[in-house]
Amino acid sequence: MSDRVSVAKTCKLFIGGKFPRSESGRVYPVQDGKGAFLANVAHASRKDVRDAVSAARKAFPGWSGATAYNRGQVLYRVAELLEGRRDQFAAEVAAAEGIAARRAQSLVDASIDRWVYYAGWTDKIASVLGAANPVAGPYFSFTVPEPTGVVGVLAPQRSSLLGLVSVLAPVLAAGCTAVVVSSARRPLPAVCLAEVLATSDVPGGVANVLTGRATELGPWLASHGDVDALDPTGATVEARAELAREAAGNIKRVLTVPAEEPDWTARGDLARLRRYLEAKTVWHPMGL
Amino acid sequence: MALFEYAPAPESREVANLKPSYRPLINGEFVDGTGAPLETINPATEEVLAEVSTAGPSDVDNAVRAARRAFDKVWGPMPGTERAKYLFRIARLIQERSRELAVLETLDNGKPIRESRDADLPVVAAHFFYHAGWADKLDYAGFGPDPKPLGVAGAIIPWNFPLLMLAWKVAPALATGNTVVLKPAETTPLTALVFGEICQQAGLPPGVVNILPGAGDVGGEIVRHGGVDKIAFTGSTEVGKLIQREVAGTPKRLTLELGGKAANIVFDDAPLEEAVEGIVNGIFFNQGQVCCAGSRLLVQESIVDDLLDRLRRRIARLRLGDPLDKNTDIGAINSAAQLARIRELADTGDAAGARRWTSPCALPGRGFFFAPTVFSGVEQSMRIAREEIFGPVLSVLTFRTPDEAVAKANNTPYGLSAGVWTEKGSRALAIAGALRAGTVWANTFNRFDPTAPFGGYQESGFGREGGRTGLEAYLNV
Repeated sequence: MSDRVSVAKTCKLFIGGKFPRSESGRVYPVQDGKGAFLANVAHASRKDVRDAVSAARKAFPGWSGATAYNRGQVLYRVAELLEGRRDQFAAEVAAAEGIAARRAQSLVDASIDRWVYYAGWTDKIASVLGAANPVAGPYFSFTVPEPTGVVGVLAPQRSSLLGLVSVLAPVLAAGCTAVVVSSARRPLPAVCLAEVLATSDVPGGVANVLTGRATELGPWLASHGDVDALDPTGATVEARAELAREAAGNIKRVLTVPAEEPDWTARGDLARLRRYLEAKTVWHPMGL
Repeated sequence: MALFEYAPAPESREVANLKPSYRPLINGEFVDGTGAPLETINPATEEVLAEVSTAGPSDVDNAVRAARRAFDKVWGPMPGTERAKYLFRIARLIQERSRELAVLETLDNGKPIRESRDADLPVVAAHFFYHAGWADKLDYAGFGPDPKPLGVAGAIIPWNFPLLMLAWKVAPALATGNTVVLKPAETTPLTALVFGEICQQAGLPPGVVNILPGAGDVGGEIVRHGGVDKIAFTGSTEVGKLIQREVAGTPKRLTLELGGKAANIVFDDAPLEEAVEGIVNGIFFNQGQVCCAGSRLLVQESIVDDLLDRLRRRIARLRLGDPLDKNTDIGAINSAAQLARIRELADTGDAAGARRWTSPCALPGRGFFFAPTVFSGVEQSMRIAREEIFGPVLSVLTFRTPDEAVAKANNTPYGLSAGVWTEKGSRALAIAGALRAGTVWANTFNRFDPTAPFGGYQESGFGREGGRTGLEAYLNV
């Protein structure tokens, strides 16, 4: 092997399609499963949360207004680019989670497949969840699911990539925009995923990825008046009650999540999509 | 044109079978509650209608235990085919007793008999009939095979549509296999308690439906009770937030149907005669005490004068008075407290510089009445444009472009309903798509049907009532 010195990456946040450092200037060191130093990552602050929410709100009309077909293609494109960086992600996941290469590889494969799964949902949601309502009168009444808005996601603490993808992809497939706080101790796969998102036709601001601590950033997301829904998966069980109380301030939709991180290798489902959708019923008279 | 004189055509109050006192229904029996009794009054006359025994904390506990037993032993294990038949029975009993219930509703609530008879009661019966059919078809509801009920559902409902809001909660809860502890509103408990009789007549097993009259404290007891698995609340956003906070960190499921400040958008190509009828229906139906009332009228600038002229002429012909008179369009405000709130908010419109127009109709000498009122020259920053008045007060704003209309319509933390009036189909659909609201009425307003999901975006709440979608609120899915 050569003695070439590798080029280390500066790990930054992903907000509005750009890669800023934390406004706070803070970083924290990340270790691998054996305690060896991997990198310093940006330690996002309240201001970063607010910037990310603002970017997500700005991106919402475009993303929610895009055709379902278009959203499906964009999410499929994420899978394509992830596939191209399969080995890199396997190495990242193995280092972050301290697991064997083969195991990491299978988690990356499942992550890629999860994007494909949700990509395929985008143009089926309305036909599965919507309806033509047989109302008792001369009206055409129909119900369509529409995206809820900006979703705050506290990503799983353990499953650094598959868990992250499993909670993020349904948000985007539903047509919502996301502010994600990565796993605190295993953030590097999230940093790499942000790079994939940045280069895969996902419009800037649709998915924003913050590295930092859910315990610190969760309350800012939960109490933010411009966040419409919250996935508290990455918060501790004790913290979730307080987050849910904060979330009541603007009637946020708060996901009911299991106390322990679930087995993310189980396949995705419609239930997660449903949480991020609002039913809209439209009426119009019929007559000559 | 002169106003036609109508001879009074009052519905007979005898039909209501009003009793001197009413009691809570717990475990299939009407029992004395341990709370302080309340007197419910007729808001049109301020006369006491009946004394109502209310629930205390021990009654809430007994009701929840009865509901739990009924869920575990009877209602939960019962096949959907059998549950369905109870619901069909209830629907039929409501139809049979609909005149009685309509008159009682009008006496207790103050709404015109024309509305309780032609709107509330038919939709109440329809809700039970519709959900009855779901009870043995839940496998097809789209939530996977054999979806399970949650258990004991606590339902807390408002005074504006007492029996209809009961139906919106009780019918889906029972159809999906849950049992119910229901708290009707403090000022309108009577039809709910007659509904308790109907449950008895239907032979509904004891404890499946329990009805606890009382004030907010009884609702609080239900919300906090550890034996309740689900809370369904309809009421103000303010109380909804308190309930969401209370339920936070518990395994209880929650659905909220809260306030609104609906925009009703009229474009210059709208069919104006129909639009006027729709605007009037949108804001004066049930004296405007409707969470989805079209209380913000957004009119394209070029037609505002014409539309306001037509609107005032039409509103001046609305008949305000005795709710039991079949000619009455506008009945009584439900309570003195609500009337005071309407007056206070309307006064802020004057203070902020909006122009008030009031229908020249005469107000009865007693009872809680508020004449139909239209404010023009309203700006978005005014309280009458932002806050839910829950009364017969319309705020009129203008816009120039469709984009401006949508921006103004969506400029609210609420998102329950909206209206759009235009002859152009493509525009109606585009605007309906752009409005952030759970129901959009295009060239109509205030239409409801058990097959059509209803509920809010944003701070108007979450969860839906009605349709296949509405079943989710009572299923563990």
